[in-house]
Amino acid sequence: MQYKSQAVAKPYFIAAIGLFVGQILFGLIMGYQYVVGDFLFPAIPFNVARMVHTNLLIVWTLFAFMGAGYYLIPEEAETELFSPKLAIIMFWIFLVAGALTIVGYLAVPYATLARMTGNDILATMGREFLEQPLPTKVGIVIVALAFLFNISLTVLKGRKTSISLVLLLGLWGLAVFFLFSFYNPSNLVLDKYFWWWTVHLWVEGVWELILGAMLAFVLIKITGVDREVIEKWLYVIIAMTLITGIIGTGHHYFWIGAPEYWQWFGSVFSALEPIPFFMMTVFAFNMVNRRRREHPNKAATLWALGTGVMSFLGAGVWGFMHTLAPVNFYTHGTQITAAHGHMAFFGAYAMVNLTMISYAMPMLRGRSANSRSAQTLEMWSFWLMTVSMVFITLFLTAAGILQIWLQRMGSNPMSFMDTQDQVMLFYWLREIAGLVFFVGLVLYIWSFFYKKGEAHIAA
Amino acid sequence: MSETFTKAMARNIFYGGAVFFFLLFIALTFDTVQTLPKRDHRENITDSVVRGKHIWETRDCVGCHTILGEGAYFAPELGNVYKRRGGDFIKAWIKSQPTGAPGRRQMPQFNLTDEQLDDLVSFLKWTSEINTNNWPPNIEG
Repeated sequence: MQYKSQAVAKPYFIAAIGLFVGQILFGLIMGYQYVVGDFLFPAIPFNVARMVHTNLLIVWTLFAFMGAGYYLIPEEAETELFSPKLAIIMFWIFLVAGALTIVGYLAVPYATLARMTGNDILATMGREFLEQPLPTKVGIVIVALAFLFNISLTVLKGRKTSISLVLLLGLWGLAVFFLFSFYNPSNLVLDKYFWWWTVHLWVEGVWELILGAMLAFVLIKITGVDREVIEKWLYVIIAMTLITGIIGTGHHYFWIGAPEYWQWFGSVFSALEPIPFFMMTVFAFNMVNRRRREHPNKAATLWALGTGVMSFLGAGVWGFMHTLAPVNFYTHGTQITAAHGHMAFFGAYAMVNLTMISYAMPMLRGRSANSRSAQTLEMWSFWLMTVSMVFITLFLTAAGILQIWLQRMGSNPMSFMDTQDQVMLFYWLREIAGLVFFVGLVLYIWSFFYKKGEAHIAA
Repeated sequence: MSETFTKAMARNIFYGGAVFFFLLFIALTFDTVQTLPKRDHRENITDSVVRGKHIWETRDCVGCHTILGEGAYFAPELGNVYKRRGGDFIKAWIKSQPTGAPGRRQMPQFNLTDEQLDDLVSFLKWTSEINTNNWPPNIEG
């Protein structure tokens, strides 16, 4: 760690991992509810578990993004953070707001929570991923703006690298597009159309800038490859991201009431969306192959390569699989979507966060890398989580194909619930893969405390 | 990548591409918003439909069901449920939840009043009339 103020990243990373554990626990609950429908009913109905699962994912990702910003911006700008104190205050505000929101979901009926939190004044709740009560949404905006203010001023007073600029653009975009979550017209078609301006323009737009900047930063550090080369790759990748991804939003506009021409725009542009992800894979492997130093943190290198591969498979390949309108006509809103969502989110965002944490946490703990045995444990957790996520995706894909065949094709289609009974085997297998994922996560956390064997590698 | 292709060129492609395609997106959005009234039949959005959407949201229906294919995949598609089941069935179904059948997926009891049930049905009826380019493939959703 080169700058004292980078230390504020540490609580952000710890909170991120803690919330990640919560996300997976609720994922396991939901996975079990898929096979034993009345599990934990009525204490935790499926929709509540799902809100907790997806919202924790968003919040832990935001924690990790902010931690990444606080860690890498001072190092890139070659100056101390503008205000470490503000960063710590915002950390506690965000953590308490996040925790209260989850408690609210679990403790009171959603309609009561909505009434208590001013949803009748400005109705924003009850839409997928944007279920947060109004005060939480306002809190996210405040925390994001304070964070952006803090790191933007740091960049302004220091060295301005391309990595900082791309990261800032991505994070400002994140804040700006979140504002669409406050727009909820009573016309469902308009509601959905602009809901995607938050959801799609986040995950298939500006978040990819953040992902690219984080990956580029770690690759510079662990490979020692010339900054000019890495930043050139970064620009090409994110150029392709926005050139394909902005109009690619159209692949969500096929069946929600928007005009038919979106089937052409959405299909053509989103079919090109795998390109930047493929480039990301080539980029990661290329830089590691051309490395000019042997960084002792092998685990971080593995995570960086894994991010490239898994984001390409999850977002690129599984996304392409159902993005063309004639295919999407059958796959839309089935387990195929769930399969894609799981591998894409894990491969792109969970993994880039874990890459950053894997690189930065040892530094924040005063060493350049963990001991070899602790790294071996971390690499086991990498393989367990990654391989089990591949299997979760494959099982959900099988369930999805069967579901489409039984429910949407042929002359005598089955009802939704009858179809669900037919694909139960795959839901069981998915839950087992989920348990293996959880074992990987436990090993991951254990790797932070693992003390046996040789000493950690000095800074 | 070749040496003649510089970082500055890559940066310019990024800025140029992003701005161009974002402007195109705005233009397409403008056209879409102009065209939508013919497709969403907004003249039929009554006060009851508006209240129904509010009930839909505040009970987090989308946490289990899909509507026009978006939401969770735990329970049936409801964008066309009005056409599949009809208003009376929908109301009776919601009133009789949860079924309590052991091992089966359960829907909570929301204790909606008759007026609220009517509003929810109006919302689902209006939704079922949106021009969705013939999605879903069949009545099962």
